[in-house]
Amino acid sequence: MTRAFLTFALILSICTSFACVQKGGNEAASNTGDTIKVGVYADLTGQTSSFGQSTKNGIELAVEEINNAGGVNGKKIELIVEDDQGRPEQAKTVVSKLINQDKVQAVLGEVASTNSLAAAPVAQEAKIPMITPSSTNPKVTEVGDYISRVCFIDPFQGSVMAKFAANTLKAKTAAILGDVNSDYSKGLTQFFEEEFTKLGGKVVAKEAYTQNDPDFKGQLTKIRNLNPDVIYIPGYYGQVGIIAKQARELDMNMPLLGGDGWDSPELWKLGGAALKNTYISNHYSAENPAPEIQNFVKAYKAKYNVDPDSLAALAYDAAKVLADAIKRAGGTDSAKLKDAINSTSNFPGVTGRITIDASRNAVKPAVVLELDPAAGKFKYKETIAPEGSASSTGMMNSNSNTNSMMSNSNSTGMSSSNMNSSVNSNASGMSNSSTSVNSNTTK
Amino acid sequence: MSSLLKSIIIGAVLIAVLYFINAMMSSTGFFGIGIDDYQSRLLVFICINIILATSLNLINGFTGQFSIGHAGFMAVGAYSSAYFSVTYGKGIEASLAGLGPSVAAGVVLLFAVVIGAVVAAIAGLIVGIPSLRLKGDYLAIVTLGFAEIIRIVILNIDAVGGATGYQVPGYANFLWIGIFTIITVVVIHNIVKSNVGRALISIREDELAAEAMGVNTTRYKVTSFVIGSAFAGIAGVLFAHYNKFLSTNDFQFIKSFEIIIMIVIGGMGSMTGAILGAIIVTLLPELLRGLPDLQVGATVFRFADLRLVIFALILILTMILRPQGILGTAEIGSFFKRFRRADKPTGGLK
Amino acid sequence: MDTFVQQLINGLTIGSIYALIALGYTMVYGILRLINFAHGDIYMVGAYAGWMIALAMGFRPESPEPSVIGFVVTLGGSMVIAAGIGVAIERFAYRPVRKFSKMTTLITAIGMSLLIENLAVFVFGGTPKSFPQLLPNDNITLFGNATISTSQILIFIVGILLMVLLQWIIFKTKIGKAMRAVSWNITSAKLMGINTNFVIAFTFALGSALAAAGGVLTAQYNPKIEPLMGIITGLKAFVAAVLGGIGNIPGAVLGGLLIGAAETLVVGYGSYIGIPSTYRDAVAFAILILVLLVRPAGLLGSNVQEKV
Repeated sequence: MTRAFLTFALILSICTSFACVQKGGNEAASNTGDTIKVGVYADLTGQTSSFGQSTKNGIELAVEEINNAGGVNGKKIELIVEDDQGRPEQAKTVVSKLINQDKVQAVLGEVASTNSLAAAPVAQEAKIPMITPSSTNPKVTEVGDYISRVCFIDPFQGSVMAKFAANTLKAKTAAILGDVNSDYSKGLTQFFEEEFTKLGGKVVAKEAYTQNDPDFKGQLTKIRNLNPDVIYIPGYYGQVGIIAKQARELDMNMPLLGGDGWDSPELWKLGGAALKNTYISNHYSAENPAPEIQNFVKAYKAKYNVDPDSLAALAYDAAKVLADAIKRAGGTDSAKLKDAINSTSNFPGVTGRITIDASRNAVKPAVVLELDPAAGKFKYKETIAPEGSASSTGMMNSNSNTNSMMSNSNSTGMSSSNMNSSVNSNASGMSNSSTSVNSNTTK
Repeated sequence: MSSLLKSIIIGAVLIAVLYFINAMMSSTGFFGIGIDDYQSRLLVFICINIILATSLNLINGFTGQFSIGHAGFMAVGAYSSAYFSVTYGKGIEASLAGLGPSVAAGVVLLFAVVIGAVVAAIAGLIVGIPSLRLKGDYLAIVTLGFAEIIRIVILNIDAVGGATGYQVPGYANFLWIGIFTIITVVVIHNIVKSNVGRALISIREDELAAEAMGVNTTRYKVTSFVIGSAFAGIAGVLFAHYNKFLSTNDFQFIKSFEIIIMIVIGGMGSMTGAILGAIIVTLLPELLRGLPDLQVGATVFRFADLRLVIFALILILTMILRPQGILGTAEIGSFFKRFRRADKPTGGLK
Repeated sequence: MDTFVQQLINGLTIGSIYALIALGYTMVYGILRLINFAHGDIYMVGAYAGWMIALAMGFRPESPEPSVIGFVVTLGGSMVIAAGIGVAIERFAYRPVRKFSKMTTLITAIGMSLLIENLAVFVFGGTPKSFPQLLPNDNITLFGNATISTSQILIFIVGILLMVLLQWIIFKTKIGKAMRAVSWNITSAKLMGINTNFVIAFTFALGSALAAAGGVLTAQYNPKIEPLMGIITGLKAFVAAVLGGIGNIPGAVLGGLLIGAAETLVVGYGSYIGIPSTYRDAVAFAILILVLLVRPAGLLGSNVQEKV
């Protein structure tokens, strides 16, 4: 026993002495070297590895483009990618490794808000800026001023679909079918319900599934009995394609509504014809002809041989926003870099013009897309701007008075491409207030 | 030297070592020398895993029961104590502000540990009394089932964060965690060496024979289960208050499996084996992160993404080549003993 | 009423998939007393094997063109591949540890499961793949609102066929007799001149083929396949096997159907008795625990006193 303890103390001391570093020397290292180190943490091997792998691909594509164009301020960006297995504990450990061992100057990640929430305090304490591409829970950026995001937050996206359901589809009753394990899904559920109730609708059922359920008919059969006008399914494409299919098999033909998690080329294969009469809120559409979007889609397809999903697009934007901020900050001094990120304004990303607001959330309008399974494409329906954001007015443009909306051609061109032309067309009085639904459709 | 004096000296040495390491973990380091946050986390996780492994070893290694749901009890301890700290922690800290912030935090942590241990022990009792009628694989699957049920129930309680996760104040530092690790190891070691421990081992060796010798097997099995659960709860408390964030994703059955792997790799029924296993299982996947990438043409193979494959392979190979684990039921110390005995003169008539 | 029937149909569909996978668990356990944790992953491997075969034959998920021959080839091919993998796992991982303690064999099985899962994530990527629809998927209205899809009927029919086939192999063939002998006592069986290694390998092949069939059938019903799809489904199938009485073939089928039906009914009606549908995954375990406490050997299992 005695010996065991002394051995234990000895092992501890040895481990510790191996690990010893000079404290206080960390900061000096950050601005030297001929590369800019950026850490990426994502789930590459766990339950949500499909999200993590898309995110990694998007970031790697963006960095490749940046480096091929000569890097930032003459320095190349060096990515260090670590896997967190989709476990919050691991996410925190990995971010700590990236910051302390690899001495990265900025961190990109995670998809799941739970993992971002676990890891964000590490970045905040170390004063290393972190941009999350797709964590939508409002709490993530509340961790501190070094944490920001380039995606929607749940309250906005949830209310967008509630408004669309109540105002455009004139739905009176709705059912919600969400993923019990997903924070994203829970957030959207909550805010959809709040907004929909506020607009006079009634949520008749809230059902849940888990990611690995092989079957959703139990929940759907229950919903079928209540016969809601619409079903809101705030999940990811892996499940919603099947849910749509099984709903149609049960003769449930009401509109299905979803969020940006639906956006993936795989959705068309999974859902097929069942995706008729479904609508989603999204940042952008891969079919949008705007050059930066098309170039992104083309480059992504060339590199990975698949179409990008929304997570890849957001990750791509997160990396580009970071590079832009490093350029504006003139280096990677953490305080300056943080300020540069937080003052990002009208950055032309593929997921829309990105402006980081005071609470470090990306402000950008959402588009509502209708799914057209026959063509395998999204059709633009309408744009819904964030409430009370002045910056959004400029982004929404032209299309309100041109009647060319039937095709997808103009879809999110609004939010990203036609910035220059938008100046004159805004006179048409679209979104005079900062609000809500701005239905452009002729339907 | 009296044994009491000896224990006091060993205790003092250990606490001094912990104190120095803890000082090195602080932002300023210990006279400028320190270890960074990543390495600190790994050291802390080693300690927490030692608590988990030794406590599971009491159930599986010494009593011979087959529990594969240890993460469930860890979750119970973590969430119950975290709820306490979030609700009452600030108030207790404020009322003890006169004693200094670190003392106040320590007091809250002590309360949290007691609560976590008691609640986990109660959970262990509730699970143990009915389950321990079952044997072997049936018991295994029931404990696994209970752990999953616990996780799903917690997931559905919005007061502790649900799917989003639960932010917890960080009352635990390495010093506290190290002390609790030592307490766990000492307590479990003493239980094993006591008459209770002999009863437990007799159940492992032959349950019928033990019963015939007058050992109340059910009572002892439940006892070992409850004690094991209580320590798993303590590990959960320390994890919650060090990690400062709880999510049910950290308590899936893969976590239970990891704890099993620790005791099996180290050697079932060996205290030092469990400690060794905890260190290996914590560090090995992290060390494998350093595997290099291989570029073939345009495609890059990330060997680091294969680290869990390699981990699984090592596990299988260990089982095939050394099924009793690295130490078997032996202790690290017993090797030294063997050498020492060999040194002694053994001549003379017998 | 039609809602209840609908929920029952939904539950039995998913239940028959659990049953198919449970058969593999129960056979291996009956013979080796080994919980083959990797069995759920074989189900996943079977689905991926079928997916690759179907793609190689030119079927595409985005343009479904029903073909019975294509389906039979895919099903058969994936069963053969999975059987091969099952035998290889037994040969290289389980056979060397067979003589060691239960804990050792269990950890080997867990290690095997982790190995297959992580290898699949590495090889196929985490992104879900969609399985081509090989059989026509139409809706048939039974009465009122209750409908059944052809893929559900298919799962029932193929499932029942395979279970009958299995029952025939075990009780009417020579190898089946040998399997039963080994399950009673492996040493005596060896003394009787039975090649136990071959029998055990055959058992793994049979069980793995059934799991692969489960994978392909599920993919016709729910075309999403992904590397970790076998974890929860496999676990529930195992629960089904224990529930029915592990080692007992009809028990596994009964257990699978019961778990499937119970889960779906909880989703459909649980909220009336205070169990929200979010507790779905807990239901299987809760039933298992309740049944084991009353009948520790499972529903159809015979309570054999453990040998000392």
